[in-house]
Amino acid sequence: MKRNERMSNEMTDRCGKAIVIALLCLGSLLSHAVAQGGGELRFCLRTEPKTFNPLKVEDDAAGAIRYLTGGVLVRVNRQTQNLEPELAQSWKVSKDGRQISFRLRSGISFSDGTPFTAEDVAYTVQQLMDPALHSPTGDAFRSGTGNVETKVVSPTQIWIRFPAQVAELDRLFDQVAILSQHSPKKEMAVLGPFMVADYKPGSTVLLNRNPNYWKTDEHGHKLPYLDSIHLDIQPNRDVEMLRFKRGELDLINSLDSEYFDKLAATSPQVVHDAGASLDSEQLWFNEVAKSPIPSYKKDWFRSVNFRRAISEAINREDLSRVVFHGHAQPAVGPFSPANKSWFNARLKPQIYSPDAALKALQSDGFRLENGTLKDIGGNEVVFSIITNAGNKYRERMAVLIQEDLQKLGIHVNVVTLDFPSLIERMTQSFDYEAIILGLTNVDLDPNGEMNVWLSSSENHQWNPQQKTPETPWEAEIDRLMRAQASSSDAKKRKEAFDRVQEIVVEQEPFIFLINKNSLSAVSTAVHGAAPVILSPQTFWNAERLSVSGK
Amino acid sequence: MSLGRKLACVALVLVLGASLAANWLAPAGYARQYRDATNAEPSRTHWLGTDEIGRDRFARVLYGTRISLLLAPAAALVSTLMAAFIGGLAGYLGGAWARTAMAVTDLFLSLPWLFLLITARALMPLNVSPVVSVLVTFLLLGLLGWTTAARVLCRCAASLRASDFVRQARAAGLPAQRLFWVHIIPNLKPVLYAQFWISIPVFILSEANLGILGLGVAEPMPSWGSLLKELEGMVSIGEEPWKFVPLVLLVVVVTSFQLLLSQQEEVAA
Repeated sequence: MKRNERMSNEMTDRCGKAIVIALLCLGSLLSHAVAQGGGELRFCLRTEPKTFNPLKVEDDAAGAIRYLTGGVLVRVNRQTQNLEPELAQSWKVSKDGRQISFRLRSGISFSDGTPFTAEDVAYTVQQLMDPALHSPTGDAFRSGTGNVETKVVSPTQIWIRFPAQVAELDRLFDQVAILSQHSPKKEMAVLGPFMVADYKPGSTVLLNRNPNYWKTDEHGHKLPYLDSIHLDIQPNRDVEMLRFKRGELDLINSLDSEYFDKLAATSPQVVHDAGASLDSEQLWFNEVAKSPIPSYKKDWFRSVNFRRAISEAINREDLSRVVFHGHAQPAVGPFSPANKSWFNARLKPQIYSPDAALKALQSDGFRLENGTLKDIGGNEVVFSIITNAGNKYRERMAVLIQEDLQKLGIHVNVVTLDFPSLIERMTQSFDYEAIILGLTNVDLDPNGEMNVWLSSSENHQWNPQQKTPETPWEAEIDRLMRAQASSSDAKKRKEAFDRVQEIVVEQEPFIFLINKNSLSAVSTAVHGAAPVILSPQTFWNAERLSVSGK
Repeated sequence: MSLGRKLACVALVLVLGASLAANWLAPAGYARQYRDATNAEPSRTHWLGTDEIGRDRFARVLYGTRISLLLAPAAALVSTLMAAFIGGLAGYLGGAWARTAMAVTDLFLSLPWLFLLITARALMPLNVSPVVSVLVTFLLLGLLGWTTAARVLCRCAASLRASDFVRQARAAGLPAQRLFWVHIIPNLKPVLYAQFWISIPVFILSEANLGILGLGVAEPMPSWGSLLKELEGMVSIGEEPWKFVPLVLLVVVVTSFQLLLSQQEEVAA
């Protein structure tokens, strides 16, 4: 009896083990199936890509293709915002911030089979820094006059020396897709997960899996999982939305809040709000001395008390809630809290207080008479806010601000202009009083905004191209921005830029209004998607995405 | 008067009457923002719901109708008078005068007027109140909308110039100025009326187009153009049908004008 029982137990054990092994095999097979046949991902580019040369990229569409096809030495992880090794196993930046040395992976080939060596890196850098190429990516490396030296130490070792210090040198290589020196296919030979297989101008770009891609997943399966990516060139967002709803597209990389809510109402499982993005919307006053506006208005706009009072009187919570349906955060300062490395966490959000704003204005000589605010010279406080026609969010923000300021007795005229007229007024004639526009930040590093904060810069929008800083605080910002740009000490750079942020918040040359959330939509058929705030929000991990049901 | 025209008259009177009584009929001012009730559906408080920033849509439709319906005829009057003067005089004088005037008219006709309006709007001073902006928008429409009518009137005036009664008047020694004002212009009246009525819906639609481009009437003042902007991006009529009220009003008003116009054309014939 006992023997029979033992036999029965052994049989049960064996059966159990067999089932476990069978399940493991099935799991492995399924995982292998996903890995080997990840389907086709479809989404839209909103403009025609202007180039396939990764060194010449300056538009979003070409940037997306570069991200999907280009192999880089190091990559900023869009989720953690940390720098991670890619084609380079390791790297080291010299203390003076001028030189970087890379140790490269071996045994890697371009999509056409040409082997990848340090010579390709040297070739790419020389091409990138060639002034005749006018590479926007290369411009970020130009910190001083002189040539860039490259030294190939071995097939897997190289150092690159720049004529002057380049801040955050290693992070800049996130944008540099390595070209092959020897491949006859030139820039079409790539090291990224996908390669351009077909291009129909005005219609589609087809990317196929790169058969020579070097990466594998944690189970040893070759990446990418997807067989191909089908990119439709479609500028119309309504059409993009309809096609997504019909299941013809798998993702929408960037949604506005209205579309987001419409989709969320019917398919809440497909929409993703990743929180505050790096983008900001701001209002600023014209502080240009030679601008053709009345001198008493210039006095208002150049008064920090006036600017701070206006800032205090704007209900940012309402802007976020009403205009963006809650998919935006009231802005605190020049950098969004989403920028984990550079945001100054000591900054306090602006508190909405029309009463305090009115008191501040009264202490500056303004007085309220029959519901109208007048300055010390008896001039009614009336000014116009311009923004670009067709941007309904900015138009709505302007109307909300109009109502908020009405409570202080300030009359605001909202004017929408076509974009070229607006830019002409903003940069040439300076014939405006206040503007609402946005800043799109793709760079986490403050050096990406040198052209905004330096008083001599063209994009120092409230008072551009100053020969010498016109105010002490602008001089201080100039000094701090230059100091952080020329330092290789991360701590000192952070301290300097923290102070810049504090000065901007104190002086309010830009009245920062909101930081828009990063909104996207991803079909449930897409596996592995984890939308983030950094671009490209939805397909930053394209090599690990797969699509089922196709 | 046919039933259709009677109905058109009633519709126009009702719409115009309601818009003129907006101060009494509207539950709130057109600019008042109910920020806690944005995009609200129709209710007892807000008969047509609220817009994206919580403004009462019924109030905005009433005030917007008033603006579009009062200023479009004003712009039509400006353009018709200009057409009468330029076209009528060119047709009456004939010869090189007519050729020059019509060449100028052709030049105006060939201009992309929408871009011209955009440019004109961009060149305007920024710090103008919404009331001034609305007046200027319609004035510009009126000043640029005379060309087609001028060509028609030029032809009519030319045929009148060659008519027997004008020849007789001229032979009797009537001064040219008196001949123009007493014999030519009064005989152009039916055509002028027709051109006037045609222009009204054209200007209403033009303002609506400019409004959609964000270049018409300034915020917070409503107009049919700015109200129609709400329909952008709507994918089905059943989604929020109350948003179609301005469109329905526009169709009713334009159709009514067309029905009345056909009567004017019969009179002119």
